[in-house]
Amino acid sequence: MNNRIKQKFSTNEAIVAYTIILLCVIIGIANPVFLSFSTVITLLRAMLITLIFAGLEMMIIIGGGIDVSFPAIACFSAYATIKLILKYEIDSIAFFYIVASVIGLGFGCINAFLIAKKKLPPLIATLAVSSIANGATLAFLGTKEFSNIPEHIDSLSKSFLFSYTNSSGITYQMTSLILIPIIFLIILFLVLKFTIYGRGIYAIGGDKNAARIAGYNVVKIQSSLYMIGGVLAAIGGVTYTILMRQSSPQNLMGSEMMVIAAVVVGGTRITGGHGTVIGTILGVLLIAIVQNNLVLVGIPTHLQTFVVGLIIVLGTGITSIRAKHIANSAKV
Amino acid sequence: MTQEFIRLEEIRKYFTGVKALKGVDLTINTGEIHCLAGENGCGKSTLIKVISGAHEPTSGSIYINGESVSHLTPITSIHKGIQVIYQDFAVFPNLSVAENIAMNNNLLNEKKKMNWKEARKLAKEAMALVGANIDPDILVERLSISNKQMVAISRAIINDAKLLILDEPTTALTAREVELLNKTLINLKNKGMAIVIVNHKIDEIFEIADRLTILRNGENVATGLIEDFNRKSFIKYMTGRDIIDNIYKPNINKKEVCKVNNLSLDGYFKDVSFSLKQGDVLGITGLLGSGRSEIGDTLFGITPATSGEIYINDKKVTIKSIFDAVNKGIGYVPEDRLTQGLFLSRSISDNTVAASLKTYMDKGKLDLQKITEVTEYWIQKIGCVASSPNAAIRTLSGGNAQKMVIAKWLNTHPQLLILNGPTVGVDIGSKSDIHKILHNLANEGMGIIIISDDLNELYYNCNKLIIMSNGKSSGVLTTEKFTEDEISKKIKEATAEENNE
Repeated sequence: MNNRIKQKFSTNEAIVAYTIILLCVIIGIANPVFLSFSTVITLLRAMLITLIFAGLEMMIIIGGGIDVSFPAIACFSAYATIKLILKYEIDSIAFFYIVASVIGLGFGCINAFLIAKKKLPPLIATLAVSSIANGATLAFLGTKEFSNIPEHIDSLSKSFLFSYTNSSGITYQMTSLILIPIIFLIILFLVLKFTIYGRGIYAIGGDKNAARIAGYNVVKIQSSLYMIGGVLAAIGGVTYTILMRQSSPQNLMGSEMMVIAAVVVGGTRITGGHGTVIGTILGVLLIAIVQNNLVLVGIPTHLQTFVVGLIIVLGTGITSIRAKHIANSAKV
Repeated sequence: MTQEFIRLEEIRKYFTGVKALKGVDLTINTGEIHCLAGENGCGKSTLIKVISGAHEPTSGSIYINGESVSHLTPITSIHKGIQVIYQDFAVFPNLSVAENIAMNNNLLNEKKKMNWKEARKLAKEAMALVGANIDPDILVERLSISNKQMVAISRAIINDAKLLILDEPTTALTAREVELLNKTLINLKNKGMAIVIVNHKIDEIFEIADRLTILRNGENVATGLIEDFNRKSFIKYMTGRDIIDNIYKPNINKKEVCKVNNLSLDGYFKDVSFSLKQGDVLGITGLLGSGRSEIGDTLFGITPATSGEIYINDKKVTIKSIFDAVNKGIGYVPEDRLTQGLFLSRSISDNTVAASLKTYMDKGKLDLQKITEVTEYWIQKIGCVASSPNAAIRTLSGGNAQKMVIAKWLNTHPQLLILNGPTVGVDIGSKSDIHKILHNLANEGMGIIIISDDLNELYYNCNKLIIMSNGKSSGVLTTEKFTEDEISKKIKEATAEENNE
């Protein structure tokens, strides 16, 4: 029993949590401003989109794959839909989300077809789809940025769960959009942990062949992952558009690396089969703190990327050293 | 008394151009352990796939419980209570023991929700039946091979299995783990389960089988109670030829090839000393983890020794790397030929010259002509069955591939050849061929060290023996004075000490 408690405190999640606490203490000592409720609000806002993407990426990595196409899919689906909305003056939030999701699903289907059916390596397939989606955006949809989001849709960006005024009179407001990643991650947690489908994702990530022998429909599960991934990318793209109150064909491009880094720092093994929602949230939180709050300790902006790199090396290093350690350690 | 569970009649299976099964009959009764033996490529695996429904036979009939079954698919096969445990067990390293065991049950009953409590309960029940005691919450990646197998067996029997088929279950197990497995299987048999074991290790078959079927070239050449067979007839049926194991008669020369004084590697073995004269074949044995394999790795420079002296041809040498070892004329046939010994996707000739490539460099160019010639020479000399030097090495059977690993080192003309498990996963015919090759090499003056836990192999090939136990050497025993049984007893004594510690 003692052993089990010891194990609980040395999981990957626990290590990331220690790192976050340590970081908070250091930043807090250097600049007490950090240790206030307003930091929570700004951090949550900064994490909002990354959480959606990290959730989808984690799900796919657990299943033994990888997806680098979600930023391009997000951009294409959100940008194409906003063009439709502006052209035909359809000021509907539901329309925005549903149409974009259908477009995202389309790209997800291409990924699913290439990877699950045609057995292309996931990295190559999604890289190609990323290029196709991004290229299509620029070639067929244009490069113009829109900030004239229709009124009703735009109102969602001004909907707040609560607001908080600090001692110096500045008001911080918590956007309602945060509910999207929260609900999504709760569902993801339940599906991964308590459904046979969710356990099947872990199974195919652990050993695809064994999963097939056990009776899982590997092609179906893999396909569903990339299709859901496409939809979630679109939802992320739409949410980003609303949150930022502007739409651009490019603004999310390049975010895939940081998302993958956050997922892996959170204890998901890049080789598949391991990963938890809690770990991923912690991974995203760690990187968000580094990206947003190192300024408070006097580290200049351009050094932050450097520090993020260091954290990725350390975080992923710990995960893989532990995996190796388990592989080499005495067996029971 | 004995009740028939499954009967196969005149099963034929033709693949394009290949007749894998040419009219095989097989009857398996409940409450018996039936061994299926045969050399590589005899059709054992195809037959199992027919029973498990993975292959549909070209012709022939299958009866289960006396009823004719026309279409046997993997799912109907499972529903009839047939479970196959493959060589790699098909367990999930990233999932817990409980989840692994409960998985088949969940899928078979088409459940949608994962019930962790029930999974744990199922796992405990199944493990109790099998006689395993593993923490159900631990991840399978942390289990030993033997326990992974227990998990696979527990998972298989959970759905009221009537017939359990194990494909070469003992390949990666130590002698003690094999004993444990046999106990489990006999226990299941006594509960009325039919068990089929695919194996070609003769000693293990005689240990456990009630009945035996031997296949050769897709035909069954013999079937019957185990009492009706003996060693000689078994080998004759397996290979189709008489194989006589010759005890190695050394032709010892005064000249010392290799001498080792107090060789130690911290944490693995301590104070190992021996002297190897021309004509000597030294065996090193012991349990897995006793340090026997590490001695080979150290002599070959993979993990350099922490202390001790090595002499080759009376000259003191230091071996700090593989490069040093090869330069000093040492060759090493590693434990796992698939991952350590061969470039699987490359051709036979590429593999043959892999350790001696420099010899074939001519003004910065490889002499391909010479490489082909030398490969053909070795294929012939070592008795490898191969279509051409350009065939990929993965197309060779285990025995032929192992011969080429040996040829690769012989082509470097070593003074000392160390072989770690030289005939693991090699069929009886090739095994005997490899032993003959080693006898000849030793008599030509090459020093040979065989690291093995195959008693038979040690007895027939080594004139000197070191038994390792917990990293301690027994000292060099001369085996000529002993019978096979006496050696077996000595090894048991030495390893029993380890148990007590």
